[in-house]
Amino acid sequence: MATLAEKILAPHCGKKQVKPGEFINAKVDLVLANDITAPLAIKEFQRLGVGKVFDPAKVVMVPDHFCPNKDIQSAEQAKFMREFAKEQKVIYFEVGRMGIEHVLLPEQGLVLPCQVIVGADSHTCTYGALGAFATGMGSTDIAVAMTTGEIWMKVPPTIKFIYHGKLPKWVSGKDLILYTIGNIGVDGALYSVMEFSGEAIDELSMDGRFTMANMAIEAGAKAGIFNVDEKTKKYVEEHGNRLYSTYQSDKDAEYANIIEYDMSKIEPQVAFPHIPSNTKPISQVGEVKLDQVVIGSCTNGRLDDLRIAAKLFQGKQVHSELRCIIIPGSQKVYLEALREGLIEIFIEAGAVVSTPTCGPCLGGYMGVLAAGERCLSTTNRNFVGRMGSPQSEVYLANPAVAAASAILGKIANPEEIPG
Amino acid sequence: MKLKGRVSKFGANVNTDIIIPARYLNISEPGELARHCMEDIDPEFPSKIEPGDIIVATTNFGCGSSREHAPLAIKACGISCVIAQSFARIFFRNAINIGLPLLECAEAVKETETGDILEVDLSCGEINNVSKHKTFMASSYPEFMLGIINAGGLVEYTKNRLQGR
Repeated sequence: MATLAEKILAPHCGKKQVKPGEFINAKVDLVLANDITAPLAIKEFQRLGVGKVFDPAKVVMVPDHFCPNKDIQSAEQAKFMREFAKEQKVIYFEVGRMGIEHVLLPEQGLVLPCQVIVGADSHTCTYGALGAFATGMGSTDIAVAMTTGEIWMKVPPTIKFIYHGKLPKWVSGKDLILYTIGNIGVDGALYSVMEFSGEAIDELSMDGRFTMANMAIEAGAKAGIFNVDEKTKKYVEEHGNRLYSTYQSDKDAEYANIIEYDMSKIEPQVAFPHIPSNTKPISQVGEVKLDQVVIGSCTNGRLDDLRIAAKLFQGKQVHSELRCIIIPGSQKVYLEALREGLIEIFIEAGAVVSTPTCGPCLGGYMGVLAAGERCLSTTNRNFVGRMGSPQSEVYLANPAVAAASAILGKIANPEEIPG
Repeated sequence: MKLKGRVSKFGANVNTDIIIPARYLNISEPGELARHCMEDIDPEFPSKIEPGDIIVATTNFGCGSSREHAPLAIKACGISCVIAQSFARIFFRNAINIGLPLLECAEAVKETETGDILEVDLSCGEINNVSKHKTFMASSYPEFMLGIINAGGLVEYTKNRLQGR
């Protein structure tokens, strides 16, 4: 009578079972940091005075946020992390071999079902798509995890979300999660695990599941998690193919809440500024002219996302008064998109295709907004100033809505684009 | 430990991009980060703060990214503690880990306005609104977390633990 999250955490702290609210010290299978969180973590690691990471094969560092270096200070941070990674012999992906961390790690076979993973990045929860218990933490927590291989945690309660029905055309994992956040609010799952299930989830591709788990943090959750099924097993076989354990939530597991949705009539969702819960179905958006569209990020920078965008861009042009920036989530995604001819479609349509980076999602570079500008983005946050000027606006949506909007110069339903 | 300061009050869902915009995450020096704290909603914020001042907010304070730069910026501004109805979980951990005291107390938040003077006794969680002559009790910390707070943060706590092994 335990949930998947509880079943994963128990053996990681040497117990038969754990209960929500209990404080535990859990062993971690993977620890992650990036170019903006690693520098602080490394300084705290040095203060701890142990001198060596607990296991170099379980520590990963990815230069993705402001890399390839956007300015001198970013270059210094990336250099500091690179030198530490080299000295400690941890897993490190250099520019040219890297990707946005949460696209990259699963693809590299570093994430397995039922692992406990902590990362100094709030979107570490993405790995829940593979049935891992993965959660974001700050740099000091990560410094301790790198040193001891353990992390303290309060066992979270689990909220079960059941998505019924067959998803309509143009509706994807992004819409399920935006709809959910719109329904429960940005603190609707505070401190909890969101467990995603139901027929609509069974049908969802792995890329769609990564998108959903990725945004669990946007509802305040500690983790977003899926039970392992045939799709998960196939993904793991194709990416690394290492041995792993599997657990499933018990049928009589105790949930803090069970929330059910009928997805058969849902429309693509758009989150209006300045909070991800401010969602509207596409039919109620009205006339919103745009200056920029971004397709990419740890939320929607995977091959499925680029394929759907390319389908809409085929033979079409990006609107003359708008910039469209497309960012494959990893070098592998980029190469596969190139081989499939997607990149050619994007460039012929008049879009920019960038090397993998978090760049514009957090207002770093590669698409920062000026005052008064509006951007529709497939990213995960639309807070004030998130993509640049505090007087700019960010709207969140799926890649199909993004592509349709780029073609029409305003927020648009993919249905409006003739096939 | 007793704190005393003037209140700056905020509403719900004050996110980490507001506390410290990501464009400043190419630096990690707390004093430098403090200069940009809350910049996008109140550019004057850092200059208005006197050492010891207190942030009061409603729900989900610190939501968004895992950047530890957020509590570091608040602390380096001179803020002595944050009182809210609720905190986002990563921010909560980060603040405790770096030694920025947080208190959860819905009643105190409801009855406090910008400019009020608060006295906070961290040892028992008592919040005294001196301006309004009202006293409140914050939720107490679990024993486990008190261990971290009393050690002076997670690094010191972990050092002690490692030495004890």
